[in-house]
Amino acid sequence: MTKIKTIELVKQYKNLTAVDKLNLEISGGELFSLLGVNGAGKTTTIKMLTCLTKPTSGDALIAGYSVTKNPEQVKRLIGVSPQETAVAPNLTVKENLEFICNIYGFSKDKTTRKINELSNKFSLSEIMQRKAGKLSGGYKRRVSIAMALISEPEILFLDEPTLGLDVIARHELWDIISSLKGKTTIILTTHYMEEAESLSDRIGIMKNGSLLAVGTAEELKQLAKTDDFEKAFVSIVKGDVK
Amino acid sequence: MKTLTFAKRNMKEILRDPINLGFGIGFPLILLALLSTLQKNIPTSLFEIDKLTPGITIFGLSFITLFSATLIAKDRESAFLQRLYTTPFKSVDFIMGYMIPLLPVAISQTIICYLFATILGLTVSINVIYAIIGIIPMAIFNIALGLLCGSIFGVKQVGGICGALLTNLSAWLSGVWFDLTLVGGFFEKIANFLPFVHAVELEKALFSGDFELAKTHILPIVVYSIFVTGLAVFCFLRQMKKQ
Repeated sequence: MTKIKTIELVKQYKNLTAVDKLNLEISGGELFSLLGVNGAGKTTTIKMLTCLTKPTSGDALIAGYSVTKNPEQVKRLIGVSPQETAVAPNLTVKENLEFICNIYGFSKDKTTRKINELSNKFSLSEIMQRKAGKLSGGYKRRVSIAMALISEPEILFLDEPTLGLDVIARHELWDIISSLKGKTTIILTTHYMEEAESLSDRIGIMKNGSLLAVGTAEELKQLAKTDDFEKAFVSIVKGDVK
Repeated sequence: MKTLTFAKRNMKEILRDPINLGFGIGFPLILLALLSTLQKNIPTSLFEIDKLTPGITIFGLSFITLFSATLIAKDRESAFLQRLYTTPFKSVDFIMGYMIPLLPVAISQTIICYLFATILGLTVSINVIYAIIGIIPMAIFNIALGLLCGSIFGVKQVGGICGALLTNLSAWLSGVWFDLTLVGGFFEKIANFLPFVHAVELEKALFSGDFELAKTHILPIVVYSIFVTGLAVFCFLRQMKKQ
């Protein structure tokens, strides 16, 4: 079942077309990665899909709701972990999670249950009482994703979730993201080829606001006639593959 | 409910920041102690505690602007606000959530100033209560100014504009440190055009029980508060749309 559908989605900033007539369909439970160099239009696409910015033209449907006509309904279905860590620095990890539960009007019992569940899933029990601003980059990202997940979203947006993390923290976060696959529809933007290849069900490659190619990592490698995903990405972005 | 949830979070963020507490509460108290000690050692009446305290409480409010602006600018830069824009929060939840918690902080700051001044020899009367209540319009002005600056500037700019420029403006143009008529001319006109001097005079009038005089100073503060609140809401909503 289609969870996300974009229809001729365009975002124009004065003379710059950040996203150009994007047509995309993402199924429920799928982990879809948007891959591209800086300025490709990944983050702008995410911003339109999460109702942060209005499309110049076109539309996007999130579980059937239009981001332009029904943003309130869309916001109830999504969870977002922005590129920056986006935690309340002087609140403890537990208070950060409680804060999000309160926004969604969870009861005390449900709040406790959800916090315990996410604490186990993300291995946060040891840092629950620590201020979020004092955590390492890796833990901040975990908390950020846990905050995005606590409202039980149908669709989770992860904007460069492992940016700036060391290799161990990155792999730990990959394990967490992998464990979410199938249950939640995940849209992930990344610069890391290995991340996109190992985590994604499908990958969309963007350049200058346009979607150049969509497929599984294997399909994209076949398209570029190479066994190396990074080489396939470079060939597609450079326009060597038609 | 959502507004209160956000207000509670903002209150915690402010009160758990030791720099906020140090400057917001500590600095006005240090000034009170230093200047009243100075008064004891000079023959003229420059910093009498009964006249100094109402002025210091108004000066202390400039730190409320700094707290408010810094919190909002940090929330913008860390993408914390961006995260919240994707939740069912409404514009009013954000604006009220930032403004509500700072009012009790401002009133508490004023109460602490008056309590400390009592130790230093302040004349205690029922008028202290009126003076504490009288701080509210100027507190709203300072909180709204923080919302405005936090919506426009980054964290570093807020530090310079609210931390240095505004605190100096509110100090020099409020008549706390010297009688503005002694300078006169353009300086006095500018000072009278801005709300700071009216806020200090309002406080002094309420503290001394001169309610007729107080009435003449309240209108400019209310006008400024409404204007700056309107402008702050406009700028906040504009930056929200820019996301």
